[in-house]
Amino acid sequence: MSARQGLVLEVDRTTPPIVFHHGEGFRFERLPSGSRVVYPNEPIEPIEDVDSAIRHALDNPLGDSPPLAALLTKGMKLTIAFDDISLPLPQMQAPDIRGRIIEQILDTAASAGVDDVHLIAALALHRRMTEAELRHAVGDRVYDAFAPNGQLYNFDAEDPDALSHLGETDHGEEVVISKRAAESDLIIYVNINLVSMDGGHKSVATGLSGYTAIRHHHNVETMQRSKSFMDQENSELHTKNWRQGRLIRDAGVKIFQIETTLNNDTFPAPWDFLQKREWEMNAKERMLLLGTKKFLDKIPRKTARSIFQSIRAPYGLTSIQAGEVEEVHKVTTANVYRQHLVRVEGQTDILSMGLPYLGPYNVNSIMNPILVACLGLGYLFNMYKGKPLVREGGVVIMSHPTPWEFHPVHHPSYIDFFEEVLADTTDPKTIEHKYEKRYAEDEWYRHLYRTSYAYHGVHPFYMWYWCSHALQHVGQVIIVGGDQRATKRMGFRSASTMRDALEMATDVVGRDPTLTHIHNPPVLMADVV
Amino acid sequence: MDLPFGKFSAKTMDVISESLSGKRIAITGSTGFLGTALVERLMRCVPDCDLVLLVRPTRRNSAQRRVEREIFRNDAFDKLRSQWGEEFDRTCERRVSVVSGDVTNDGLGLNEQDRALFVSCDVVIHSAATVSFDSPLDSSIEINLLGPNRIIQLLSEANVTPHLVAVSTCYVAGNRRGAANEEFLAGTPFQVNVDWRAEVEAARRTRADLDARSRIPEQLEGFRKGAREELGAAGLPMLAAKTEQLREAWVDDQMVEAGRSRATSLGWPDVYTYSKALGETALIELHGDVPVSIVRPSIIESAWSEPSPGWIRGFRMAEPLIVSFAKGELDTFPGYPEGIIDVIPVDMVAAAIIAVAAKGPEPEPEVFQIASGSTNPLQFKKLLDTAMEWFREHPVYDANGHPTASTEWKYAGSSGLEEQLHRVVKAFDLAAKVINRLPIRGESSFTSKFAERRQNLDQLKGYIDIYGAYGKCEAIYGIQHTLSLWQSLSAEDQAQFGFDPSVIDWHHYITEVHLPTVVIQARVKTTPEKRSGPSRSERLRSAVLDTDRHFAAFDLENTLIASNVVESYAWLATRHLNPKQRLKFTLRTLTETPGLWRRDKRDRTDFLRYFYQRYKGAPLHQLEADAAEMLSDLILIKSFPAGLRRVRAHRAAGHQTVLITGALDIAVEPLRPLFDHIISARIDRKNGKLTGEMLDVPPTGEVRAQLMIDWAEDNGLDPAQGVAYADSASDLPMLEAVGYPVAVNPETRLVTIAEKRGWLTENWPKTAGAPKPLLPMGQRPKLLTNREGVR
Repeated sequence: MSARQGLVLEVDRTTPPIVFHHGEGFRFERLPSGSRVVYPNEPIEPIEDVDSAIRHALDNPLGDSPPLAALLTKGMKLTIAFDDISLPLPQMQAPDIRGRIIEQILDTAASAGVDDVHLIAALALHRRMTEAELRHAVGDRVYDAFAPNGQLYNFDAEDPDALSHLGETDHGEEVVISKRAAESDLIIYVNINLVSMDGGHKSVATGLSGYTAIRHHHNVETMQRSKSFMDQENSELHTKNWRQGRLIRDAGVKIFQIETTLNNDTFPAPWDFLQKREWEMNAKERMLLLGTKKFLDKIPRKTARSIFQSIRAPYGLTSIQAGEVEEVHKVTTANVYRQHLVRVEGQTDILSMGLPYLGPYNVNSIMNPILVACLGLGYLFNMYKGKPLVREGGVVIMSHPTPWEFHPVHHPSYIDFFEEVLADTTDPKTIEHKYEKRYAEDEWYRHLYRTSYAYHGVHPFYMWYWCSHALQHVGQVIIVGGDQRATKRMGFRSASTMRDALEMATDVVGRDPTLTHIHNPPVLMADVV
Repeated sequence: MDLPFGKFSAKTMDVISESLSGKRIAITGSTGFLGTALVERLMRCVPDCDLVLLVRPTRRNSAQRRVEREIFRNDAFDKLRSQWGEEFDRTCERRVSVVSGDVTNDGLGLNEQDRALFVSCDVVIHSAATVSFDSPLDSSIEINLLGPNRIIQLLSEANVTPHLVAVSTCYVAGNRRGAANEEFLAGTPFQVNVDWRAEVEAARRTRADLDARSRIPEQLEGFRKGAREELGAAGLPMLAAKTEQLREAWVDDQMVEAGRSRATSLGWPDVYTYSKALGETALIELHGDVPVSIVRPSIIESAWSEPSPGWIRGFRMAEPLIVSFAKGELDTFPGYPEGIIDVIPVDMVAAAIIAVAAKGPEPEPEVFQIASGSTNPLQFKKLLDTAMEWFREHPVYDANGHPTASTEWKYAGSSGLEEQLHRVVKAFDLAAKVINRLPIRGESSFTSKFAERRQNLDQLKGYIDIYGAYGKCEAIYGIQHTLSLWQSLSAEDQAQFGFDPSVIDWHHYITEVHLPTVVIQARVKTTPEKRSGPSRSERLRSAVLDTDRHFAAFDLENTLIASNVVESYAWLATRHLNPKQRLKFTLRTLTETPGLWRRDKRDRTDFLRYFYQRYKGAPLHQLEADAAEMLSDLILIKSFPAGLRRVRAHRAAGHQTVLITGALDIAVEPLRPLFDHIISARIDRKNGKLTGEMLDVPPTGEVRAQLMIDWAEDNGLDPAQGVAYADSASDLPMLEAVGYPVAVNPETRLVTIAEKRGWLTENWPKTAGAPKPLLPMGQRPKLLTNREGVR
């Protein structure tokens, strides 16, 4: 059975209520007649023999690259970097694809007699991964073989002795990467390309880099000029990463890029009803949905959070390619689009979205208000090609409880950003100018990033910059069910019901607005024509 | 007007300013409400007299300084200052001499020169008194009873006979109903015939007896226990000081009780009127050749017109009650609706005294009562109804800017209300005891609100105790003698020195004169507008973060993190245990907890020494590695982010930061980047293992304060410019050692102290959403135990 394409449903009287993700729960919303609901494509058929596919990719690289075996020689210095806990979302069921690929690389390296191998979690400015998380990503065997000797570790972008300055691009952008990687004879980067922004030159240029280099593209101007950052041809973020990546290549750093794409089979049983289109649910699924909602509404948020955070996605591998960075990434992007793109005709006055419990930065953690904003206005808003789904001056309605809650270990600088920076201003430019440097260079945040499990001091700023294209584009942001104080702090409005939100939106978009709802996740990307 | 006692026929008197012209007038009690009014009036309206003010020096201020600060800077002098301009200071200097003395000392404690000046006066106005209704028995006796005697003695010894005008009170008439006229009580059926000398002796003996009783072991043990309850484990010197303070307070309390019971047993409402009445008796007996006039005012309240309408000094009698009603804190008034509240504006009392002084003495002592009850009575009902009407138009706004609803007032005999309040206070005290014992802190502002409410109740109880006395008194004070004096004044003097109470329009007085000043004095808000400028907390906060400060010292437990040494020990100790061992550990720790807790309450240092022995044999290297992990797994989870932010704000302001904690150095090492210096407990090491013996006295209580000061001085930092943050009363020595103490998530004991002293209080919560592990146990690293998985 081949997967069905996504579709745009026009709501009429017979349309059942739409299931909105709402943090660690759901809402059922009846949308006005004439509204459109954009459904993702169904999961495409995965590759059955994954190990063979991996072997095939390593043996048959793309672009100007010899097969992996030919690149590995006795006595060489090899660094294997891999994507961190922010990918994929949710984490995939064991065995993780990264571990399966790394095992084959290590086998090949072992037979070539390579023994100077380092495995580095490419954190950039993300938090360190815990032992359990690393074990999940690379597998117990790899972990136990390398971690005890200090050969498997988290990248430290604030260790002054562990960074190499490779130069500046012709646009004056500094290029800094891990010293170990830079000095290796070969870097193998193992990617999971969940969305079209992932991978390519960004893998090494950002993943193994630090603040001084990342600040050149993680800034308000770049984000406002990336329309969208998910669309490589129109992404300033992409352009700058590519410039940095080419400088790394030209500096003589050899990279063997491995990229993988997954289908969007996101929710395992019993959560698989979340991948169903509402009107196609059978009686049992409806009961389950209803029961689950009631149950989740009753239990404490903490409990619901741990239930949701334990979900492991049954993702299927849809492609794996290896070799030269740019050639590999072209094929990867085509595969990502194959799964994600859904054609949508024209823009809308109001864009609505149900925000789930998870974004890239709260795996095993708490989705704090800043991450709520970033998930909606940063990620989901930018999941478009062509034009934004919502017209300029339109309204975004997001659904999420947005509690004033923070993880004290993972997000310490977020707490202060929320209490201090957003209390002062919500304007991204002002924030960047007035506060970024202080947070980025704060000793305490640096200490927590390096020795605890904290995101870098500057990270909340990036989350806010991520929203800056949307903030510039839309006229109003409303959070349905959002905590009033937290919502207000971010400059948004909260509405207790969807009906109220639509009523509030008419102040901005007039009395008879068009509404489009993106039914995401599972992930979809709107191709707006 | 009918003047049965009309001794002075109309217009027989000289103009006041002329009769007092060139006279030297001594005044005692000039820093008081009435005294200040007298000084101002004499300065302004009798331009040619000189004043000699007898003022008691205080520990902080000399008599001269008190006069400058407490008298001449009072707003009573605003009028004169603007009239005289630059002349003001010079005139005061020329006309006013200050002598340093005390009416409780024989010879008034005057030196040679001052005594000569004092006895050279033509008139002595004695208005020094303790007007408190619950003074200790002996201090009332010393001041109110013996005070006038000592003046007489001083004058007699100097062989001079100036006119002594002694201020007494109408209420010397005691708890009687009906007319109380201007006559001496001694020898009348209205006063029990007691020997005032015997009363003096008895009062002094009572003090000595009580002092002796307070020193018996059982009592001392009680005080020590009380001190510990109040301060916790604050260290020996502080506990000792507190114990002594409690002992003295107990003696004073007993003396207050002795005073109250002695007064009531003789028919006076309180020790004030009792001592005043006996004072009059003694004065009449002893005055000898010194001519005496006695002026008895009733309840002195804000000015009718001079120096400005409504002028008042301090919080007087009924105001606190009235304000409490306006705030909706009370709904029952101690008194009867038809009862008369005998109020007299302060300017009328001052004017009457001056007129008596100007008139000069008669051969026999005279009494002048100045009260409103007989000629222009004000009933409780009228006072309260008018006040309520006024508050309806000018509601009191609470801290949130909402007007408080004033309810219908109920009346009750004061005793009923007293009992009611007494019960409430008792319940509160019981609750406070329980709360002090509970480890509540860091929980919102609950404890702070509790302490505030308790303080309000205390105040109110005090006011009702005082007021009850007046409520019970149903005497009507005749003022015929005073009125005939009034009649004898020239028209000019009558205009300038008005003291005829019948001119008072009570409605006008209450709504236009009295209440407007009362609300200002009570600092209650009667306008809804938003607070302009920063709040008190905001001001204090910006003061602690001012770049002029030198350093900020932080306690750790419950100030920056909601955890303690036991938890960190448990975490470190369990990190490498298997589940079975963990269970055993948990059970053992649970059974030990009460004992540990008691030990900690008793003496923190002792507790730490005892507890840290558990680290004996712990491998240093592993502890250090584990502590690094504990930062994420225990410390940060339980941290107060606002506290950590504050530490960094201090650094950003250029202050040195220091952590002072009884926690183990290894456990707090991960916090080092926050601080310039860490003072913590240290355990000796041998062969890479801890010995369990502490290297030095752990930083708790007074040791903590000393270590902080030593560190500051070593680094050239001034403790007066230091900020200290702590949560518990046991940290008092450290808080008191700096110029800017801050109470963080204070336990109940500290809330009270912090509020009394006006310290900044911060309530720093844990992060909402932070994980809440059931037990502080280390995550067992798989790596270190599952080696067999290695291929």
